Amino acid sequence: MSALRDSLGFLASRLRQVGIFVALILIVLLFQVLTDGILLQPQNVTNLVVQNSYILILAIGMVMVIIAGHIDLSVGSIAGFIGAVSGVMIVHWGWAWWIAIPACLLVGALVGAWQGYWIAYVGIPAFIVTLAGMLIFRGLTLITLKNQQITPFPDELRALGGGFLPDISGGTSVLEWLTVILGVGGTAAILFQSIKERRIRRKFNLENEPMAWFAIKTAFIALLMLSITFLLASYRGTPIVLIVLAVLVIVYSALMNNSIFGRHTYAIGGNLHAAELSGIKTKAVTFRLFVNMGVLAALAGLVFTARLNSAQPAGGTGFELDSIAAAFIGGAAVQGGIGTVAGAMVGGLIMGVLNNGMSILGLGTDYQQLIKGLVLLLAVGFDIFNKNRSNGGGSTIGKRFKWKTTPPADVEKPQPAAKTPVTVASVPHPVNAENH
Amino acid sequence: MRPGIPPGRTLLGALHPQEPGTNQSAGMTMNVPILQMRGITKTFPGVKALQDVTLDVNRGEVHAICGENGAGKSTLMKVLSGVYPHNTFDGEILFENEPCDFSSINDSEKRGIVIIHQELALSPYLSIAENIFLGNEIASRGWVNWRQTNLEAAKLLARVGLSENPVTPIQHISVGKQQLVEIAKALSKEVKLLILDEPTAALNDEDSDHLLDLILHLKGQGVTSIIISHKLNEIRKVADAVTIIRDGKSIETLRLDQGQITQERIIRGMVGRDLESLYPERTPRIGEEVLRIEDWSVQHPQDHSRIVVHNASLNVRKGEVVGLAGLMGAGRTELAMSVFGRTYGRAVSGKVFKYGEEIDTSSVPEAIRHGIAYATEDRKHYGLNLIEDIKRNISMAALGKLAKHGWVDKNEETTVANRYRKSMNIKAPSVAAITGKLSGGNQQKVVLSKWMFSDPDVLILDEPTRGIDVGAKFEIYTIIAGLAAEGKAVIVISSELPELLGICDRIYTLSAGHITGEVPIAEASQETLMHYMTQEKE
Repeated sequence: MSALRDSLGFLASRLRQVGIFVALILIVLLFQVLTDGILLQPQNVTNLVVQNSYILILAIGMVMVIIAGHIDLSVGSIAGFIGAVSGVMIVHWGWAWWIAIPACLLVGALVGAWQGYWIAYVGIPAFIVTLAGMLIFRGLTLITLKNQQITPFPDELRALGGGFLPDISGGTSVLEWLTVILGVGGTAAILFQSIKERRIRRKFNLENEPMAWFAIKTAFIALLMLSITFLLASYRGTPIVLIVLAVLVIVYSALMNNSIFGRHTYAIGGNLHAAELSGIKTKAVTFRLFVNMGVLAALAGLVFTARLNSAQPAGGTGFELDSIAAAFIGGAAVQGGIGTVAGAMVGGLIMGVLNNGMSILGLGTDYQQLIKGLVLLLAVGFDIFNKNRSNGGGSTIGKRFKWKTTPPADVEKPQPAAKTPVTVASVPHPVNAENH
Repeated sequence: MRPGIPPGRTLLGALHPQEPGTNQSAGMTMNVPILQMRGITKTFPGVKALQDVTLDVNRGEVHAICGENGAGKSTLMKVLSGVYPHNTFDGEILFENEPCDFSSINDSEKRGIVIIHQELALSPYLSIAENIFLGNEIASRGWVNWRQTNLEAAKLLARVGLSENPVTPIQHISVGKQQLVEIAKALSKEVKLLILDEPTAALNDEDSDHLLDLILHLKGQGVTSIIISHKLNEIRKVADAVTIIRDGKSIETLRLDQGQITQERIIRGMVGRDLESLYPERTPRIGEEVLRIEDWSVQHPQDHSRIVVHNASLNVRKGEVVGLAGLMGAGRTELAMSVFGRTYGRAVSGKVFKYGEEIDTSSVPEAIRHGIAYATEDRKHYGLNLIEDIKRNISMAALGKLAKHGWVDKNEETTVANRYRKSMNIKAPSVAAITGKLSGGNQQKVVLSKWMFSDPDVLILDEPTRGIDVGAKFEIYTIIAGLAAEGKAVIVISSELPELLGICDRIYTLSAGHITGEVPIAEASQETLMHYMTQEKE
């Protein structure tokens, strides 16, 4: 009985993480029913992955930027710009794909460095710099393309958007065996890793999730992996872009959790002043985050261009909003310091399934936007509601919507009144030493 | 005993002839209860914050609430003021003999109960008058009557003895004056019971004295006050009764007229034992000079004509604890922070030597690399990542020590954090606990652990015991003594002179940016230090 109570208590404390996952499942089930089973047909699952890959790639960079307490509104324009640049390089100049792709990523890095310079070293809020960037790079896209699309692209590049891993059985089998091997292997690796981590937590006496919950969660994830594997394998196998995405998710999750760079990113977002006074080179970290965002935006632009087989003047429009929404739905906090790459992926998938499901149902973009907007609002609203509840009431609006900018070097004596301008009836601080 | 500053009395002196300290205002009808809280129990998920708490406050008295950090004082006041609605706790509240079922702070204000929080709730860009009437505007049909607003504000300011123009923006007046504006705001709501949550925590001695005098003055006008405070000398000065809260329970109520309010009695009640000594015993073993600062000058970051630190020179030796004493604005923190990676001020000039060789401390990473650590006076804003756990806070300043090729060894990190949790006695369920949920003393231990892990030779501790309860203070002093015994050089900045006298081997005094004295502990007393601290240099 007490084990059950422990599990429930634990679930309540992880309401957000559990909630987001349950939400994804419910949305999938809802559309599975509404679309008469079309949603989870092998072909559509493959489509879902390919269609959302570039948003998911952007969401990785975006959640990192948001964790550091910044925002990037320019990624859609950058993706469009890189699409245009790749068109010029590959179609007009005839560069080989293996030169053009690194070159495009380099251009992305330079674009990111440009924005990172203004944000980190000049101290202009990221909102302004990237709003300017949104206009600047859309303008450059139009200039580069001279307002016309560039097409067609060679097959090698198009494989990045719509290609699949080769079928090693030579077309004789119902299932793509390579996909099955990758899927089962990946599942085994995840299982192994989870068990190992649980062991370590126990060894170091850290709070561990209840056994029942751990078993259900791990089994569920494994099952999910295997079902996706099966669905992909029974269509055309593993999309190349899924491999790219999987590698990115693994690498960036590890980077955010285990590397000095990732840990400094969390530290900056959690408390910029404390990070600075702990000797963290906050400006350098911020700069690198935006360079990284530029590279990922470039990659997203390439994938998108490859998928459409054309570089278009309006390419990438609105990507920034989808990727920001993905990060926030996935649990990133508006004030920074909180968020995970995995969460952003789940958030991105929720947006993706909504898009895909509503398209199948034949809903127009009008209703699609309406519903997506409401989902974003609900997700973050739930977050805040949940947070207030666990803090025993009080408004945190004042804190959540404070801009994070580079701190001036003057650190005056603390003046509480000036630091937290909270209006009359609210409780000044959500974090109170006496509250627990 | 806290040193008082005689000239600080002018502002309020005119208001009430009563000498401070004589708070037995004769003739007041005591012992008529205004507030009775019975059997208050409040639980948060997993924690019983208050357990069967009783509080009786008589009309017209100043009632202090004392207790260690985390004892439940603020929670109790939030229960009383309706921050926690009436159905979220158990127990009964009677105010003026009528039951209270507050569901928000507005309800309690309607009955004349006003709470002033520790962190002031003023809007920095609005004027004093606007702040006073914020949410309570003098208006007709939604349009503010500015003439009336400013007029009424001026009257209220006169009542609290603040001579400022009501149209001045709040950000242009000092924290001490802002506190008075908060009280004026409370008066505008026709307050009967004024609750002040650590009102003097951010104030200097002078402003604290003003505020305490004002509380006594208001008492003369029939306003009942509840004051939460750590500072025992303040309580002795103003309180007619003291209720002690420990671990969420009300321990006892001491009354002045029964001669029960003594420092020993309060401390015993708060910590549940007698503190045989406030400071740990130690025998200093002082070695060679570790750090020397020469001719250090610092400009104010915005106002370049203001020199905040003038040609300061000081040194600290191995195994030595050196104090920096000074009044608010003397430049102690500014001196320390400008040395620590130029984190304060502009156009810093001067030299820093370590073991006799000049070193570069122009950025925080450089300063840390040279073995300097600075633990800030404001741990919530500058010391900790409150949304992150203990182990990640401890490793923050020296993550490189735990990493190979940029990748952090998390197992090693946990091991290190567990080691500090044990040696520093950080009270938390595990090192994965979020630091924002710890009490002030435990947070400070995390900050100290962070800097100890960076393995410095020189530690600068800025107000290491601010906002920390008596029991935890002793632990912090023991840690400081331990650091010195290990051979570290320690500089302690503190506003509490007894603390400096209790733990230091040598004390420098600062006044208006000048080092005005260097006093060996054998010759130091509060009087000599205060003499140097108030010395003017032209």
